[in-house]
Amino acid sequence: MMNIPLSITSTIHDWLFSIMPEGAATFTEWILIATAYLALFAVAGLYLVLLERKVAAWFQFRLGPNRVGPWGIFQTIADALKLVSKEIYSNERVDKFLFNLAPYFVIVASLMAMAVFPFSKQFQGFDINIGVFFLFAISSIGVIGLLVGGWASNNKYSLIGAMRSGLQTISYELSVGLSILTMVLLTGTLQLSEIIEVQRTGGWLIFQGHIPAVIAFMIFMIAGTAETNRAPFDLVEAESELGAGFHTEYSGMQFAYFFLAEFINMFIIASIAVVLFFGGWLSPFGITEGITWFPEVLWFVIKVFMIILLMMWFRWTFPRLRVDQLLTLEWKYLLPINMVNLVFMAIVIWLNFTL
Amino acid sequence: MEQLTNNKIKTEEYFVNMGPQHPAAHGVLRLLLTIDGEIIKNVDPDLGYIHRSIEKMCERNSYQQIVHLTDRLDYLSSHINNGAVCLAVEKALELEVTDRVKVIRTIFDELTRLASHLLWWGVMGMDLGALTTYFYAFRDREMINDIFEETCGARLTMNYYIPGGLMFDLHPNFVKRTKEFLVTIKKNLPEYDRLLTGNVIFQKRTKGVGILTKEDAISFGTSGPVARGSGVTCDVRKIHPYHAYDRVDFNEVLFTEGDTFARYKVRMQEMWESISIVEQLIDKIPEGDIKVPTKAVIKLPKGEFYQKVEAARGELGVYINSTGTKNPYRLKLRSSGFSNLSVLNHIAKGGKIGDLVAIMASFDFVIPDIDR
Repeated sequence: MMNIPLSITSTIHDWLFSIMPEGAATFTEWILIATAYLALFAVAGLYLVLLERKVAAWFQFRLGPNRVGPWGIFQTIADALKLVSKEIYSNERVDKFLFNLAPYFVIVASLMAMAVFPFSKQFQGFDINIGVFFLFAISSIGVIGLLVGGWASNNKYSLIGAMRSGLQTISYELSVGLSILTMVLLTGTLQLSEIIEVQRTGGWLIFQGHIPAVIAFMIFMIAGTAETNRAPFDLVEAESELGAGFHTEYSGMQFAYFFLAEFINMFIIASIAVVLFFGGWLSPFGITEGITWFPEVLWFVIKVFMIILLMMWFRWTFPRLRVDQLLTLEWKYLLPINMVNLVFMAIVIWLNFTL
Repeated sequence: MEQLTNNKIKTEEYFVNMGPQHPAAHGVLRLLLTIDGEIIKNVDPDLGYIHRSIEKMCERNSYQQIVHLTDRLDYLSSHINNGAVCLAVEKALELEVTDRVKVIRTIFDELTRLASHLLWWGVMGMDLGALTTYFYAFRDREMINDIFEETCGARLTMNYYIPGGLMFDLHPNFVKRTKEFLVTIKKNLPEYDRLLTGNVIFQKRTKGVGILTKEDAISFGTSGPVARGSGVTCDVRKIHPYHAYDRVDFNEVLFTEGDTFARYKVRMQEMWESISIVEQLIDKIPEGDIKVPTKAVIKLPKGEFYQKVEAARGELGVYINSTGTKNPYRLKLRSSGFSNLSVLNHIAKGGKIGDLVAIMASFDFVIPDIDR
């Protein structure tokens, strides 16, 4: 099994260890990997922004960005350059320390989550045995950034947005957690690579777990969309109510961090969905099973983009919920359904009804 | 113990300025909100940010010039506003315009109402977070603007009606393009329903929100779709027909629930009524003159004259007090938005911030109309 990423990384690995002492080589490797992930993060974020704008345009009889480069592919790079070169400006009487700290919470949380992404068998930064738990734990740190940013901005709209984000993320984490738990019950492991390996023989988990798995997937998609603060759950930055919500007062790169983090979070939610329900890097029906040169990462990316397109479809179709309806949906519907579903899944596994 | 916690942890009401620059206000309306957490305790509208003293300007202008100023009131129903002043002047002069003018004015008024309601629909969806509606609505509104542009050369401030008739004759393409538009809009309106009206989130956001009872609707002097959503019969086109409304067959749309969804349904249904009115008249535009000659300087007889019309947002009244000179002594405009705004605090109290935005969207405020 010679995979392309593996062949490159092992070459670099051997070369580094041949020219340096062991400690220095390991350290250099860490830095190289971190840089590679940062670059990946930036590119993924930028191009998700472009995809979102294009998808929005297709939904709305528009062309979308099409001036900078062919089909506007350099548009987001131009936007990023603009944001980098802008002044970082803050309001009067803000809490300077917290104000400047908030974007880093958000961005670091998203970045750390990327470390465990199983892009393919050989392309995974950090394959720990509590992978799912780690992803889930890290991705909920981000909300601290939103709360702190909204509080420190000295702006009432930001404060309302921050409070909304707090209650929304805390509530919907329960549903995300429980629907993940339902699937973990089926796999019997928290390690991402093993969850995928389970699906190599038994088929994708959404088919293995059939009815409870489908319910879990639907709840996961609803709660996941809410976790990323996207429409129809974008109360945090409901522009017709709060201007721009918690990031109203941010400018330049600080704003860009919030903005990119939202897209990376979407990527994270889509990745969890792909790993837990759609077989991660595995090909559908094993069509590329025997082809050794085929980059498995391609399947992972394709599936993730399908889920992301679904989330964008939600965003450009649905109106926004009201804050009390948001909480009613979670505490009165999703959470009870989820708990019953968990028991249902346990019964299905106990009676060996899995496909 | 409970007493102690209650003393320590207390909540406070706070003030938020919604506007004058706020995405939901559609203009420079400043709402001073008193909020307890998310719950609205009081809404205090503060006007004057776009006051241009139009009524005062009317006092020094001739009657032909006044028509132009009315475009700037409710800029989304400028034909109807022009019509109100023209009708008032014609009433004072006891001038009978030709049938052709009456029919053309009716068609233009209804197309204006359609364009205005289309824009409202797009913006209502946008206020509730469904951004796509905006582009759907603007796509179709653009066709109406193109039709207007061909005939009168303008897309927003029309200045097409003059006292005694119309400024120009119809463009030769007018009938053909209007028919094309009718085909398109009849195909697209059901699509609007599929996109927004049937959406469960949309219905949850609007049903039972901002209920305006029939008694309140009458006592606050609301008019137009807002009053008709509460079951008040107030369509000026039916009660005091003007233009050619007495010879077309249409229904006054009434819903009795009085909530945001009822106001939404009134406007959606009114679009169908407008389409039907235009359809009835488009093949029957009589031949004739497009204007009755008036003197170059119109002098109204001494006295008071009042004319009301049904604008897209409700009743628009023009009161002229003339002393027999070429300018009015006093011209008062009764705009629907101002009266409708007065009921906002009454029905938005106790709701959430999101409810206020939904109610504002269903009222369809145009701020230059409120703040003349």
